Amino acid sequence: MPGITREEVAHLARLARLELKDEELEHFAGQLDDIIGAVAAVSDVADEDVPPTSHPLPLTNVMREDVVRPSLTPQQALSGAPAHEQQRFMVPQILGEES
Amino acid sequence: MTDLTRLSAAVLAEKIAAGEVTAVEATEAHLARIEAVDEKVHAFLHLDREGALAKAREVDAKREAGEKLGPLAGVPLALKDIFTTEGVPTTVGSKILEGWIPPYDATVTRKLKEADVVILGKTNMDEFAMGSSTENSAFGPTGNPWDLTRIPGGSGGGSSAALAAFEAPLALGTDTGGSIRQPAAVTGTVGVKPTYGGVSRYGMVAFSSSLDQGGPCARTVLDAALLHSVIAGHDERDSTSIDAPVPDVVAAARNGEVRGLRVGVVQEFGGEGYQAGVMQRFGESVELLRELGAEVVELSCPSFTKALAAYYLIAPSECSSNLARFDAMRYGLRVGDDGTHSAEEVTALTREAGFGDEVKRRVMLGTYALSSGYYDAYYGSAQKVRTLITQDFERAFAQVDVIVSPTTPTTAFPLGERADDPMAMYLADVCTLPVNLAGNAAMSLPCGLAPEDGLPVGLQIIAPAMADERLYRVGAAVEAAYEARWGHQLLDEAPSL
Repeated sequence: MPGITREEVAHLARLARLELKDEELEHFAGQLDDIIGAVAAVSDVADEDVPPTSHPLPLTNVMREDVVRPSLTPQQALSGAPAHEQQRFMVPQILGEES
Repeated sequence: MTDLTRLSAAVLAEKIAAGEVTAVEATEAHLARIEAVDEKVHAFLHLDREGALAKAREVDAKREAGEKLGPLAGVPLALKDIFTTEGVPTTVGSKILEGWIPPYDATVTRKLKEADVVILGKTNMDEFAMGSSTENSAFGPTGNPWDLTRIPGGSGGGSSAALAAFEAPLALGTDTGGSIRQPAAVTGTVGVKPTYGGVSRYGMVAFSSSLDQGGPCARTVLDAALLHSVIAGHDERDSTSIDAPVPDVVAAARNGEVRGLRVGVVQEFGGEGYQAGVMQRFGESVELLRELGAEVVELSCPSFTKALAAYYLIAPSECSSNLARFDAMRYGLRVGDDGTHSAEEVTALTREAGFGDEVKRRVMLGTYALSSGYYDAYYGSAQKVRTLITQDFERAFAQVDVIVSPTTPTTAFPLGERADDPMAMYLADVCTLPVNLAGNAAMSLPCGLAPEDGLPVGLQIIAPAMADERLYRVGAAVEAAYEARWGHQLLDEAPSL
């Protein structure tokens, strides 16, 4: 199994939307390397013909009647929003201006 | 006068129903206890004095009006800060939700309110329930009432400490890999992880959805059963909630019996890393079960040795997906929204500022395990191990009615000892994880103090899915036998705070 480098941690952090500081990259690289080394024990069964289990209950598509029910008011739904306007969540700029 | 904080929930509820004690008196006694000791223990993140007293007054009015009260009416409870509470802060132990006031109640919260349970406040926990010591809380650790320099377990260390410090006779926890049972073990209290799907997850902040399960925490087996029966049951708001009758756990707890019961001892739960005093008390418990008329069967479940590895791939994978909702857009913390950063940058800056180290580690670990090129080797293999563990349990339960083991390999370790050593911390849950992977039910209850350090040891009882009542039948028998032997409850030996 490959070791985890500082660059890989930086890549994972980008994918996971974590703006890690430089000193964190170093710290986490060592720790993630230890953890991945330990959990790699599962790969012993990689070639075994065993079905995977994703969930303890054998459930698929639990349906209910499509009926309107009481739900949160707009005020309630927006009550925890960092910013809102005109009954909508207000977010920072999504599309880039440059290029 | 009786110290109301020393009573069991069952006895307290009877006294309230009989009019010997008012719910307001019971609530005030517990609030006063919290006032006196919680500065040292730090079990609570938030107290809801007004809400608790309002509920207590409501219960007293009902009784005066001659209404029949429920079995836990007026009994105070400490709620883990992972269950949403309308109008009362819910932080999950994280800066990212600091100050958030949920606009709705979790199903568990609603059921507690409907049962007239008095919710005192919200208890401390490892951030997003990730941890085994409560040191990962963004709001400071909780102390173990047996020794305040030691961990109260985790993630539900606030709930277990509240019980052991007599701040509440009941508490709620959640158990993804042991977060109810391990805290119960190290504080000398009782904790139950119900069968997966037995208790609704609606309004319970998600960590690892295929493993998370809410459950009761208490100081006696009967109290845990009474609470279990209040919170369990089908909920159409949780599509993974089991649509079947709740096992009669209260009747089982009132009729402890193990005669003729086949009890399995799994050889993989033991060996290196297990404290001598823990194994001694466990061995005595097995002997006790034999004396009480149970048949003990030695078993091997070889795949259990891979449970830790599978768990630390599956849980982080699910958490990396679940925690994507903390994007700084709709609720919670937002950092860097000063007009110079894009939404994506604001998300990354907020998650960096709002998440603690363990959450970051697990999110990145899950991202790694799910990424292309590693998916089959890691996540895919972990899912196969999950099948093998489930099959080991199935084979075992073809031979025995319940399995017993130590709940944890060691007693409570000192605060700080494993705080920055994730692998050492993860080992605290080595006996509890297989149960979550298979979706079975399990309980931890006190079985004595380890001779070398005088700290509580937990006995784990595991039952097949949907057979939760077996935990209570066996637990009640063991509890009664130990208390007869000791002449008191184990917690009576805890130092006064």
